[in-house]
Amino acid sequence: MFASHNLRTPLGRARGLGSAKEGLHHWWVQRLTSLALIPLTVWFVASVVGLAGSGYQEFAVWLSNPCNAAIMVLFFGVSLHHAQSGMQVVLEDYVSHHGWRIASIIVVKFICYGLAALGIVSTLIVTFGG
Amino acid sequence: MVEFSLPKNSKPTKGKTFAAPAGAKNVKRFDVYRYDPDTGANPRIDSYDVDMDTCGPMVLDALLKIKDEVDQTLTLRRSCREGICGSCSMNIDGGNTLACLKPIDECKGAVKVYPLPHMPVIKDLVPDLTHVYAQYASIEPWMKNDTPPPSSGERLQSPEEREKLDGLWECILCFCCTTSCPSYWWNGDRYLGPAILLQAARWINDSRDEATGERLDDLEDPFKLYRCHTIMNCTNTCPKGLNPAKAIADIKMKMVERAG
Repeated sequence: MFASHNLRTPLGRARGLGSAKEGLHHWWVQRLTSLALIPLTVWFVASVVGLAGSGYQEFAVWLSNPCNAAIMVLFFGVSLHHAQSGMQVVLEDYVSHHGWRIASIIVVKFICYGLAALGIVSTLIVTFGG
Repeated sequence: MVEFSLPKNSKPTKGKTFAAPAGAKNVKRFDVYRYDPDTGANPRIDSYDVDMDTCGPMVLDALLKIKDEVDQTLTLRRSCREGICGSCSMNIDGGNTLACLKPIDECKGAVKVYPLPHMPVIKDLVPDLTHVYAQYASIEPWMKNDTPPPSSGERLQSPEEREKLDGLWECILCFCCTTSCPSYWWNGDRYLGPAILLQAARWINDSRDEATGERLDDLEDPFKLYRCHTIMNCTNTCPKGLNPAKAIADIKMKMVERAG
């Protein structure tokens, strides 16, 4: 953990590159999205249970309701935004090699936003009668 | 980086066993981590059987009895023997605490005594604290003012303002909390850890200090501050009963407060 092979002073090592002057926004958005996910997840689970056993037509009618469509879009957007933000923290925690850390964070963000886009577009297609 | 097993040269082996004196009736075993940098050998766990009828009540009493009467090579830090100096912090019975405040009675079976976790070991129970001390220096733990002191020479503080330092000033920098924190284990090179952040909170909350904003600026960093994931090991283990997790949460709330 502590590189002792160089001659930099302990204080120099502790100060390192200094403060990034950011972190609050990421932390705050994580809390905000988790708060939003409480009602969104309850709504999503309740909806899935309520629609259990229904066919595509019935589902399409349900999703053409603007409220249902809007909340579904929010659910995809918020949950995957929260997921990428949480995964970023996990990767920062456990991947110490800087290059691998950045690369894995990029991959996770691309996947999450890709899935979010897919979910939102699919919702809209069904909503508008695709 | 997360490490799930010890490096090859750090795996402890079974060491020597030192029997209790003949005739001892009330015997307690102490399994103590031993490492001698001069031999280059792996660390070992030596077992000492101590006669509790002639030993004081605390783990530190037993360790000093072992050092005085059984094995003078046993190396540990200690000074005040009453929980004020923070020197004898170590891992006892699976938890970080001060040997001088830990009653032997509380340990079931053999008492396992190890150095503070995940720090480089200098010898036996003595960890290398160079980096945490440097991190302490990095938060500039002294009063910073642009306003010259009043002619009386004393910067005043109301009782209410002084109260905000309670739960912070009592920290003795034993680093039981910091070395119990998994986030510090994995990212201690950059994460400041609970002890240092509690100290930072001590200055941020001091009504006499004029560098609050600068201090928050220096802490706003994904690694220095936001590696705290409220795991709470720090608060569970603090031998002084302090709450470093709350101090860190207070710093985070101050960051929110100044943002809007």
